[in-house]
Amino acid sequence: MTTAPLIRVQAQDFDLQAEIDTLTQGRQDIGAVVTFTGLCRNEQGTLSALELEHYPGMAETEMRRIAELAIARFSLLGLSAIHRYGKIAPGENIVAVIAAAPHRQAAFDGASFMMDFLKTSAPFWKKEHGADGSTGDWVAAKDADDAARDKWR
Amino acid sequence: MTKLVYFAWVRERIGKPEEEMELPGDVKTVRDLLSHLKTLGEGYEAALQYAEVIRVAINQEHVEHSETIGDAREIGIFPPMTGG
Repeated sequence: MTTAPLIRVQAQDFDLQAEIDTLTQGRQDIGAVVTFTGLCRNEQGTLSALELEHYPGMAETEMRRIAELAIARFSLLGLSAIHRYGKIAPGENIVAVIAAAPHRQAAFDGASFMMDFLKTSAPFWKKEHGADGSTGDWVAAKDADDAARDKWR
Repeated sequence: MTKLVYFAWVRERIGKPEEEMELPGDVKTVRDLLSHLKTLGEGYEAALQYAEVIRVAINQEHVEHSETIGDAREIGIFPPMTGG
C-alpha cells in the first residue's frame, strides 16, 4: 500500500494532537511519530507579526511533491504537512510536519527532509511587520537553508 | 495570451498581482521573458533588476531561466522562497 501525504495550506491554526491522531488512528504498524512545529518569533520585541504570502495551487502541489519524495526515500507510513498563510503573530504556529514510521530514525529524517525542502522550494514568502507599526521588509532567503537542503543530495 | 502572476516584492514593485500579456515572438525562454519585462517600465525594472535571483514557475512548476516557454498558460515570477 502506498502512503499518500496529507497536505494543507490554510489561514486558520491547527491542532497538533488532532493531526497526530489522524495519522496514527487504528494503526498498529507505526512505532515512531516525529512532529516539527514552526512558530513566529518576536525577534527581541521588534516584530509584531509576519505576513505569509503563498502561490495558491502551486504551494500545495510543491508540498505534495516533496512529501512524496520523503515517503519514498524513508519508507514512511504517514506524512502530514500543514502551512498557514496570512498575518501571524509572535507565538502563533506557522507550519507543522508530522512523520510516522516503524522506527525513529526514518521519522526524524522524513520530518527534517520535508522541512528542508519546503523552506527552499515551496512558494511561500514572509513579510515582517514591526512592533512600532511599520511595515518592514520581506525576509531574505538564507544560504544556510540551501545548505540544509543540499545535505540530502 | 499568457497569464503572468507575481508574488512578494516582485508583485509590489511591478504594482499588480497578475496580468494577461501577448508575448513577442522573439521571447523564447524564461531569460528572454525577464529581459522583455524589464523594458516595460520602472516598476518592472526595479522588480527584475537582479534577474539572476528571480525564480520562475511555468504552469506552477519550478523551471530554470534556460527553459523554453512554449505554450505556457501561466508563468509565476517571484523572489527566492522564505516559508516554513
